[in-house]
Amino acid sequence: MNLTLISNSIGDTINLGSIIGENLNGGEIIALTGELGSGKTCLTRGIARGMGISEEFYITSPTFTLINEYPGRIPLYHLDVYRLSGSKDLEDLGYEEYFYGKGAIVIEWAEKIKDIIPPDSIFIYLKYLEEEKREIEISYEGDKASKIIKRVNEEVLSKWH
Amino acid sequence: MLVLGIESSCDETAAAVVSDGTSLLSNVVASQIDVHSKFGGVVPEIASRKHIEVIIQVIEQALDDAGVTLDDIDGIAGTRGPGLIGSLLVGLSVAKSIAFMKDIPFVGVNHVEGHVAAIFLTEEKPEFPFVALVVSGGHTNIYLVADSGSFRTLGQTRDDAAGEAFDKGAKMLGLGYPGGIVIDRLSKGGNPAFVKFPRSMKGSIDFSFSGLKTSLLYYIKKRETPVTEDELPHIVASYQDAIVDVLVDKTLKAAEEYSLSRVVIAGGVAANSRLRDIFHERAGGKGIEVFIPPPVLCTDNAAMIAVVGDNLLKRGERGSFDLNAISRWPLDFPGEI
Repeated sequence: MNLTLISNSIGDTINLGSIIGENLNGGEIIALTGELGSGKTCLTRGIARGMGISEEFYITSPTFTLINEYPGRIPLYHLDVYRLSGSKDLEDLGYEEYFYGKGAIVIEWAEKIKDIIPPDSIFIYLKYLEEEKREIEISYEGDKASKIIKRVNEEVLSKWH
Repeated sequence: MLVLGIESSCDETAAAVVSDGTSLLSNVVASQIDVHSKFGGVVPEIASRKHIEVIIQVIEQALDDAGVTLDDIDGIAGTRGPGLIGSLLVGLSVAKSIAFMKDIPFVGVNHVEGHVAAIFLTEEKPEFPFVALVVSGGHTNIYLVADSGSFRTLGQTRDDAAGEAFDKGAKMLGLGYPGGIVIDRLSKGGNPAFVKFPRSMKGSIDFSFSGLKTSLLYYIKKRETPVTEDELPHIVASYQDAIVDVLVDKTLKAAEEYSLSRVVIAGGVAANSRLRDIFHERAGGKGIEVFIPPPVLCTDNAAMIAVVGDNLLKRGERGSFDLNAISRWPLDFPGEI
């Protein structure tokens, strides 16, 4: 199933992230796909805030560090596989510990490792439309993801515009 | 005192031997040595398993280059964090094993502190206190360094690190990897005023490079024609200056704010030639002395780990055999948070 939203600003993207973050309970995998500058780290910043991670922690890009961990209501593991050649590299990093742990996981450039992302993950595609404007498509299947996105959709409808 | 340093926090597997915390006897970084003959064509990077494959050979090479054996080593220093746990554990476990086997002390070292300490391997050593800028692919931090091991964060990036801005900018323009080196080379002779890229977070000592990355994206998208080869040096020179400008400005601003007359620049991006030039140029007029290690000691290495280790060992610190690696380890805090 799909839900497509239009973000008109960085603020919109952070808000959407925050709503998603509020609805995470641990064990979720959020797979982000979108070109450079499309707002992946920005969306993650919102998710972190929604998960109750303190403003003291700047949500910085994990491109070089590969995995950033943040303590929240549940831990957030922020992965970036931009520099990896594929899922084999991630195996070498011991990703199973994160994938099957109690935290929520956000993966940037997820399309590079799509063969190992579980099908019940939440897939988010960010697309550049014009300067501040982005199309954000959320694709999901399974009960758990459906419940989360249903609530996200309701809150977006009531809070946006 | 001879200290063997071991580093495996991220991409590089490295070992080095340092005498008395000031004299470099050897400095081996796996990806820089003759990989084809030594490692059968495997370039060690990222993965912890790759660190395991090469770490013993890297240590042996460091001992050989220094003309010593393990029997001559008085102490071991291993990177404890910050970094990837799986990668860190490789170096830290080897450090502990050698210490146990040879019955010599070992200590766990903070990688970022190591970057700053690299300056003590050069001829011109700064006196404390000073302001330090640590700038790499993963870090962009300004510290007040009151004394050896005494750090206070004055500023940091809120989104991307400067090294990442270089790499992603290069990627958007279809240039090679690593982006920092390509941009440094290509921008020579370019006009840095060709494109007006933004300087963000004016008035603060914190950094933000995400907006710069996005403005390059908009610049490319809004053009009606593709970037030509003639324009490229000017565009990258402009982009590079937007990064260099804020790094230099904020670091010197921090020094002035805290009335300090010395700044140390460290980390992989400190190898950038434009950054080095502009720092010297602008600091001179303000009466601030600038200390930058040679490029080989700016990028990740184990010599810098040995320097910090030497200091900790001389202060009587000893790592226990159950010392764990830590992924997040801000320098303001002596232990884990």
